[in-house]
Amino acid sequence: MKNKMELAFSALSQNESFARVSVASFIAQLDPTLDELTEIKTVVSEGVTNSIIHGYENDPTGVVYISVVLEDDMIELEIRDEGLGIEDLDEALQPLYTTKPELERSGMGFTIMENFMDEMHVISHKGEGTIIRLKKHLTKTKALCN
Amino acid sequence: MSLIIEIETKNQVLCIRLRGELDHHTAVELKQQAESVLEKQEIKHIVLNLKELTFMDSSGLGVILGRYNQIKKNDGEMVVCAISPSIKRLFDMSGLFKIIKLDISEEYALQRLGVA
Repeated sequence: MKNKMELAFSALSQNESFARVSVASFIAQLDPTLDELTEIKTVVSEGVTNSIIHGYENDPTGVVYISVVLEDDMIELEIRDEGLGIEDLDEALQPLYTTKPELERSGMGFTIMENFMDEMHVISHKGEGTIIRLKKHLTKTKALCN
Repeated sequence: MSLIIEIETKNQVLCIRLRGELDHHTAVELKQQAESVLEKQEIKHIVLNLKELTFMDSSGLGVILGRYNQIKKNDGEMVVCAISPSIKRLFDMSGLFKIIKLDISEEYALQRLGVA
C-alpha cells in the first residue's frame, strides 16, 4: 500500500526543524531504527537548508515543497524549490564545495544526503529551481513477531 | 526544539556546551555568542561539549569550522567532546577530525589543554 504526504512552507530557517520533525513523524509508522530516523532527519535538514540559502537566498516569500511516499519498507523523499537553481551540478555535488564560504557553509550537504540514503538524484537548471529525489530502504530488523 | 548555549571561560579556554539541535537556524546564534567572547576576551583554545546535543547537520560543521579558523590564527586548539555516534559520523565524513581533536569528556579535554 502506498502512503503519501506533502508539505509546503515558507523558506524560513525556523521551518527547518518543523520539516524534519514532520517527515520523521510520518515515517515513524514504518517503525524505523533510531539511526534511520536520525539519518532521514539530517537529510531533510540538508535539503531544506539548501533550498532556503541557495535556492531562495533567504527570501522568505519562496516556498519549499516536500513529499514523502512510503511503500512497504521503502521511503521516497522529494525536496523541491522554485528558486535560482544550480549552475554547475557536478561541482555542487563535490564534498566540501560551497558557493557561499562567507556564510560558513561546510559544503557537505549533498555528500551527507548521498551517504545517508540509498539513492539520490538532483535535477536542477539555472533559474528553474531544484528537485532532490532520495530513496531509502529501511532495514528489516524488527523481529517482534518472529 | 531549539539550541541552548552555555558558555564558560577557564583561563584561556572557551568552553561551549550545547543542548538541543544545531542546524542552520540555530547556528547563527552560536556563531554570534562565540564570536562576541572571542572578541572581548583573550581566548586561546575552544572546548566544545556536545553531550546534550541531540541533532546536528552540516550547518553545525560549518559553524564549528568557522570558530576553529578563528582560534587557529593564534595557534589555538579545538577539542570536541562527548560526541554521539550519529554526530561523529558527520565529523568523520567531512574529515574534520584531521584538524579538530576528540575527547570523551570535558574534563579530559581540559586536562589535555592543561587547565583542569
